[in-house]
Amino acid sequence: MRSATDTPVQIQAAPARPSRPPSGRRILSTGWALAVGIAAALIIIFPLVWVFANSIKPESEIITAHPGLFSTTVTGSNYVQAWDAIDFPRLFLNTVIFAGGVTLLSLAFDSLTAYALARLDFPGRNVIFVLVLVTLMLPFQVNLVPLFLFLSDLHWLNTYQGLILPRATNAFGIFFLRQFFMSIPKELEDAARVDGASEFRIYRSVVLRLSVPALLTLGLFHFMYNWNDLLWPLIVSTNSSMYTLSSGLALFLGQHVIQYGLVMAGSVLAIVPMVVAFLIIQRRFTESIATSGLR
Amino acid sequence: MSVSTTRRRALVARVSGPFATRTRRRRLLTAYAFMLPSLVIMALFMFYPLIRAAWLSLTNYSFFGASQFIGLGNYTRLLHDPQFWGDLGNTAYYAAVTTPVSIVLALGLALLLNRRGLPARGILRAAIFLPAVVSLAVAAIPFRLMFTPSIGLITYWLGALGIHATDWLGSTTLAMPAVIIVGIWKNVGFYMVIYIAGLQTIPREFYEAARIDGATTWQRFRLITLPLLNNTTMFVTIIALISSFQAFDQIYVMTQGGPAFSTETLVMLIYRQGFQNFSMGYASAIGYVLVLIILLFSLLQMRFFNRRAIRY
Repeated sequence: MRSATDTPVQIQAAPARPSRPPSGRRILSTGWALAVGIAAALIIIFPLVWVFANSIKPESEIITAHPGLFSTTVTGSNYVQAWDAIDFPRLFLNTVIFAGGVTLLSLAFDSLTAYALARLDFPGRNVIFVLVLVTLMLPFQVNLVPLFLFLSDLHWLNTYQGLILPRATNAFGIFFLRQFFMSIPKELEDAARVDGASEFRIYRSVVLRLSVPALLTLGLFHFMYNWNDLLWPLIVSTNSSMYTLSSGLALFLGQHVIQYGLVMAGSVLAIVPMVVAFLIIQRRFTESIATSGLR
Repeated sequence: MSVSTTRRRALVARVSGPFATRTRRRRLLTAYAFMLPSLVIMALFMFYPLIRAAWLSLTNYSFFGASQFIGLGNYTRLLHDPQFWGDLGNTAYYAAVTTPVSIVLALGLALLLNRRGLPARGILRAAIFLPAVVSLAVAAIPFRLMFTPSIGLITYWLGALGIHATDWLGSTTLAMPAVIIVGIWKNVGFYMVIYIAGLQTIPREFYEAARIDGATTWQRFRLITLPLLNNTTMFVTIIALISSFQAFDQIYVMTQGGPAFSTETLVMLIYRQGFQNFSMGYASAIGYVLVLIILLFSLLQMRFFNRRAIRY
């Protein structure tokens, strides 16, 4: 994919010094590199370990002049309390429906539009594609106020459709899938077309089937982004029935900030589902992000 | 694309008369049927609100009161509002620190964890990437508590090193660094993964050739790695800038924009004016300023992608 035509020049630009013996020496030995890597990883996961360690301590041991990481007394009482106090099952369900609903609808609608833009020849195609590109550049925060008012007119505040539908199509998704569909050789569908298959049939049985990796990558993005989003659920839900894990916890913190054990157990409960999901599909996750960033 | 289009057009031209118009109409209908759901949603939830926001920004609308057309009143108010300029400054400060620090750290970690023969490479990468998958709003809760002097380790450890224990989040000078640290923490692993992908596209032969020519490690980095990662660096810089200018989540959780508005960003200001003060007209005007800023960065991005399309 990458031809990098200018590299030979780059290498010549490096002053060749034949008098010097070839140096294979690295700045860091493998041992040091490993040490630095472990240190970086520990620093990064430290806040998550710290909050977990504290969430299983009794309150009296959290507030202490000499905080240690782990305590000798282990208690689950913070979790028992937090489960009900934040109404974890409700928040979890809301988040699954919101993130899952957006992901499924958006994949369906985006791929349909992307198919039309990549494969069908019709008047107005370029206008629509430019429209998608412009939308791609708009920060969604500009629409916060009017969307809130519009959803309020529709009586859609505090509803699943109010949370999901405004996000059910996504300019990045359309753009991303269009680029992917363009890279699929046309010959594969021509046979189906000659056999008289409808466009929808070709979209469904040929193009979608060949695009499973791209759809998975995009789905992962949509799911993660919406699962973690704070501002949008904060605006759409004006009472606790529709809070998601992010917005529910953020607002819970505002009211219970001094009940440390409770807040800590609550945030661990909110973080765990995504961490578990990540550990299960870890490879796919990082590879997806790497490829979508560059291609 | 253009070849097949002309070929198809020629085919259509050969089929004459009413039949051609009929197929053309059918093709048009098919195409729009495919796009219907997306177009309806975009029209209702993207373009209609965008127009409504433009109209709102020309009024003094508040959720409860009557609304009056005030022309460019909100925009002139903006230009004379020290709060707006302060928040713009805060946002720029946040972006100006978060972006370069994240990028340098991400590149360093990518170089480190892309080494062949490094044990536990996968686990280390996963650990560093982990913050990218957790909710920034929720992860900010432990950070807020860690910065709380009565329980927090950060103030305790700094105190052990002889640095006076202070309430970071209560300080107008230290609260911003605290939310910046959290912003960097969230994204550094994400950028690292993009850098690792970039590093893996550089052919090994380049390094071997350079080594035979006697290039030192530093020279190989400066003259091979860095230039060949130019595209990756541009890409990461632009997405980091755009996301910095939209900073909200950890600030909402950790400081609510305080103390004394020292961590209030533009998006925080939109939220506060629109949904706490209910100055929705004014909030819409600020929204359009944000559009202008993001558009600028996005155009840079487009130019970059176009340039790349020529090069590869």
